Amino acid sequence: MTAPARFDTTAGRYRRLSLGLALTALLALTLADIDWVNSSPWFELGRIGWGMLTPDFFGVESLASAVANTLAFALLGVAVANVTGFIFALLFRWRLVQLFCALIRAVHELFWALLFLQLFGLGTLTGLLAIAIPYTGIFARVYAEILEEADQRPAELVPVGSGWLSTFAYARIPPAFAHLKNYALYRLECGIRSSAVLGFIGLPTLGFHLETSFSQGLYSQAAALLYLFFALIASIRLWVRPWLIPLYLAMALYWLPFDGYWSVATLQQFLGYDIVPAPLRDAGVQALAEPRLWWPWLQNLLLQQALPGIVNTLVLSIIAMVACGILTLLLFPLVSTLFMPRQGRSTGHLLLVVLRSIPELILAFIILLVTGPSMLPAIIALALHNGAIIAHLIGRYSDALLLRDDASRGINRYLFEVLPRIYPQFLAFLLYRWEVIMRETAILGILGIHTLGFFIDSAFEELRFDRALLLILMTALVNMALDQLARALRRRLQLDANPQQARY
Amino acid sequence: MSPPVANGTGQPLLQLSQHSLAYQGQTVLTDVTLTIATGEKVALIGESGAGKSTLLKLLRSQQPQQSAYCPQHLGLVQPLSVFHNIYMGRLNRYSCWHNLRNLIYPTAERMAEIGALAAELGIAGHLRHSVDRLSGGQQQRTALGRALYQQSPLFIGDEPVSSVDEYQADALLALINQRHSTVVVALHDQQLALKHYQRVIGLRAGRVVLDAPTDRLSSTELAAVYPQS
Repeated sequence: MTAPARFDTTAGRYRRLSLGLALTALLALTLADIDWVNSSPWFELGRIGWGMLTPDFFGVESLASAVANTLAFALLGVAVANVTGFIFALLFRWRLVQLFCALIRAVHELFWALLFLQLFGLGTLTGLLAIAIPYTGIFARVYAEILEEADQRPAELVPVGSGWLSTFAYARIPPAFAHLKNYALYRLECGIRSSAVLGFIGLPTLGFHLETSFSQGLYSQAAALLYLFFALIASIRLWVRPWLIPLYLAMALYWLPFDGYWSVATLQQFLGYDIVPAPLRDAGVQALAEPRLWWPWLQNLLLQQALPGIVNTLVLSIIAMVACGILTLLLFPLVSTLFMPRQGRSTGHLLLVVLRSIPELILAFIILLVTGPSMLPAIIALALHNGAIIAHLIGRYSDALLLRDDASRGINRYLFEVLPRIYPQFLAFLLYRWEVIMRETAILGILGIHTLGFFIDSAFEELRFDRALLLILMTALVNMALDQLARALRRRLQLDANPQQARY
Repeated sequence: MSPPVANGTGQPLLQLSQHSLAYQGQTVLTDVTLTIATGEKVALIGESGAGKSTLLKLLRSQQPQQSAYCPQHLGLVQPLSVFHNIYMGRLNRYSCWHNLRNLIYPTAERMAEIGALAAELGIAGHLRHSVDRLSGGQQQRTALGRALYQQSPLFIGDEPVSSVDEYQADALLALINQRHSTVVVALHDQQLALKHYQRVIGLRAGRVVLDAPTDRLSSTELAAVYPQS
């Protein structure tokens, strides 16, 4: 007997990658702490549910100003990053610029905020810079990619000697403009989420009140805040109009108080002393020559904090990424014309909008109240938020598929007609999203999960800024390495579709 | 066959001598020798894939400053209006400031000039519409407008009238000849080639197999350009 002929298909390669990721996630699960700590989850869940049904819009003090602050930080931060990011996008062919942008976007908004908190206090400048800096790195990369992928032919046809600026204005910007505009709007939506989350470290945005209400068990107030937040995000395309943006920016500038304290002395203290590794502070740079002075300090930091932090961050991020993928595959039919009638789709869209509107940190914080502290709430939150985003994109992508008139229906259609066709796009989105998931995984540490963020947050609390900075740098490096890995996987499977929106 | 001596009216403008070109291991042009002089009107014929577009690009690169080029893919900026796309033909002529100004708010002067040109091309009604809302033929006329607006002495076009009907094609080719002293155009329509041009160059599989004045061209010579079916 001869051996049966083996299949050799593209789908087979996708299957092997998926299986590999799933097995890695299973292995990670054995290392993860996913205990259900809370002994009476139903009681808390019931109270939260009751709160959601009875929102109290008048209980929260200074609600209107919290909304205004959230919007003002987001608008100004994104506007500044839009300009600086665009400038960097034009210089993006230089490796140094690429590296710089990768570094500033690998550090999460909240980490930037924790840093600036030490310099400028809980002021406007802290919130603004915390959004503007990482967003600059993100805008630079995505804008550079959009400009590169746009139609190049008009620029090749302009008469010789037309000048850089004229060529740019006529032949390079217009073909890319719609994409640039859409991406900027999407970033503004992210900016509102980031701005709200900054409340968790004390800035007066919606997140501050959300944390307070939830921590005190005032679930009706918390529900009101959440609903308000949904309304803001869901209506963004209604109130953002190009000609209104200058007006909004002027209002934001007028609204935010620019009276934060800062002095050369604090700056000097911070840069010259606080962030210098402790063993080097008195001995100076010469001490580097004598490892016995600083090696125990570094070894302690690496073994006690960095290593467990990195392991936990990677473990959590891969479980979350695979969970997110599974959820995506379950959710996208809800918003696809191939599977759902009109009414069903609007319900699906509503569900996805709600899930992706809530920032992971806030979602994890709510789930944490029910399950108690472990990796579980983080996994659920990351999977729900990111799964909803990718499901939305895949749903839209599947709408463009042309099936033959007599194509099968139901589960057969899903498995034979649709899944093989959307799978490369799905994998590309998921791998793009992995880096984002890791950034968020690190930050979820401030909720008490032992990822890198936990150790960074603790270092800030203990005023050990030297440790905090070193750990932030390590987080950024791990993130950049992961991005490279995801990119290598995409390239190997030739998954280079054009998923601008899933990038961050 | 040996190529005839340039029969133009002026100095040699474009010249190739035993030029061969390979792209990704595939030969596109083999041993091409030709001279085009100022004042000549030349049609380039041959089946698709014979190397016409490559030859045109090569010729354009010899006189980049002087040539108005109209490629097959048109290269229009889809979201911009017909006015702006035509205006782009003179980006090198005006100051950067003037260009930016016209991008945002066109001046009356440019509007009048380009409006008149668009009227000749039969697209005056679409001057303020973006190109992505036009039909294929209208887009092609916009691309022609951009080339004409350059007012260059040399026109190089790759199937510049492929998307318009025969009657309009006639008028447009006449307009191109009238506005440029030297014209080199690739055409798939042999009748148009014979009607509007003094000289026909035939390409087959990357080689020049025909190069003769139109009035001395026989139908057998013409048929030799195309593979026998």
